Amino acid sequence: MRVESQPLVSMTNVEKHYGDFHALKNVNLDIAEREVVVVIGPSGSGKSTLCRTINRLETITSGSITIDGKELPAEGAALAELRSDVGMVFQSFNLFAHKTILENVTLGPIKVRKLSKSEADKQAMALLERVGVAHQADKYPAQLSGGQQQRVAIARSLAMKPKVMLFDEPTSALDPEMINEVLDVMEGLAKEGMTMVVVTHEMGFARKAAHRVVFMAEGEIVEVAEPEEFFTHPQSSRAKDFLSKILTN
Amino acid sequence: MDFLELLQMFLSGTWGTIKLFTVALVGSLVLGTVLAAMRVSPTPVLRIAASTYINVVRNTPLTLVMFFCAFGLPFLDIRFGSTSSFNSFVYATIALIAYTACFVAETLKSGIATIPVGQAEAARAVGLSFGQTLNEVVLPQAFRTVIPPLGSVIIAMLKNTSIASAFNNRELISAMRNAIEVRGDLVIPLLFGTAVAYLILALLLGRVFDYLERKLVILR
Ligand SMILES: Nc1ncnc2c1ncn2[C@@H]1O[C@H](COP(=O)(O)OP(=O)(O)OP(=O)(O)O)[C@@H](O)[C@H]1O
Ligand SMILES: [Mg+2]
Repeated sequence: MRVESQPLVSMTNVEKHYGDFHALKNVNLDIAEREVVVVIGPSGSGKSTLCRTINRLETITSGSITIDGKELPAEGAALAELRSDVGMVFQSFNLFAHKTILENVTLGPIKVRKLSKSEADKQAMALLERVGVAHQADKYPAQLSGGQQQRVAIARSLAMKPKVMLFDEPTSALDPEMINEVLDVMEGLAKEGMTMVVVTHEMGFARKAAHRVVFMAEGEIVEVAEPEEFFTHPQSSRAKDFLSKILTN
Repeated sequence: MDFLELLQMFLSGTWGTIKLFTVALVGSLVLGTVLAAMRVSPTPVLRIAASTYINVVRNTPLTLVMFFCAFGLPFLDIRFGSTSSFNSFVYATIALIAYTACFVAETLKSGIATIPVGQAEAARAVGLSFGQTLNEVVLPQAFRTVIPPLGSVIIAMLKNTSIASAFNNRELISAMRNAIEVRGDLVIPLLFGTAVAYLILALLLGRVFDYLERKLVILR
């Protein structure tokens, strides 16, 4: 059984290099169960990289990342199993282009969780219902709007019953009128107590749903604060500078 | 020998060609897929083994590959049945599969390269293993994107079945040769007849691939 104080995700002294480029510099971050953490920062500051190291889509150069107390395993069956417990939602949706919406959601449960097709279908339809795209179940991803595709992507992650979900700019590729339909689903998840790491510049979401905002610049975590505190009284000059830029446009 | 007997000869030759083609088609798609999967695998040994095999066999004339199978395998006492005609059939299909699989693998690999990386990342993020990601997401999409070039490879293989005629196989070319031996006066019509038979088979195949291309197109 988990000790109450143990973080669900723990990053300790994490370093990441791309060749000569230092993408993550001594990153330390603990995320508690049921916590929602918003990661914010200028382009190229390492937000995606941070997000992707948590399910080892990117390997780290040194340091340690644990999920539920367990060190991320090397590539192989153990890593696949761990990834099934970590949901990921991408900026570009990445729905499987040759599969229907329903098949997108049932693939993981059938292949990884070994559910029967009928069980997986039933569960998937309930999830699609919940994100509001059940009537599109037999269509292909390209036949849906961006907002609908992203909601399907969230359902696909939820179908694995993840312990934690990672969102890498889930609304950045969407037309403005579709952003809220996705944020609404995410706020719902946050309310239900899903542990979430969300890279986003949507301050409304951060204010409503996040427990903490992590501000990154040049590969470092510069500031960690409660949302209200961060947006009204940023401490570092880089955060002030960044906020003044995103607020003016 | 009258017209009906000639026709019968040709029909049984065509049937021989179709048998060679069908077995070699299935075999080269399977082996080609395995080779393509090895080519993109994270294990260096598999990658090197596959690319070595492909580079060597692809650059060997098919006739020589057939010689290796038709003379090399019996020399090593590798036989598949009691009759020599069945053995010849198996040796020829092995040669066709070994050779065509290289082209299938290279075509598929070029298809894999066109699949956006996000597709495989999403599959891995859901918890699919490397093999499942390949089977469920990458290869099905790669196949669909390479249907037209794959069609060319398969039609080339159909024509390559003719080389088996030199290795004790009964197919279109051997039927034609036998017919010319008995009816030398009809050599020109017999040559044209054979060409037409290949043409019909190739055009039918082309139609199948056109249909598959339309049917399996991936919307992006
Ligand atoms: N595969 C890679 N190879 C080399 N450099 C990379 C690679 N991926 C990312 N980088 C670099 O690492 C830095 C951090 O990238 P990252 O994508 O994490 O930034 P980000 O904060 O998510 O930016 P954005 O807001 O533009 O998405 C960038 O400077 C980027 O150029
Ligand atoms: Mg990014």
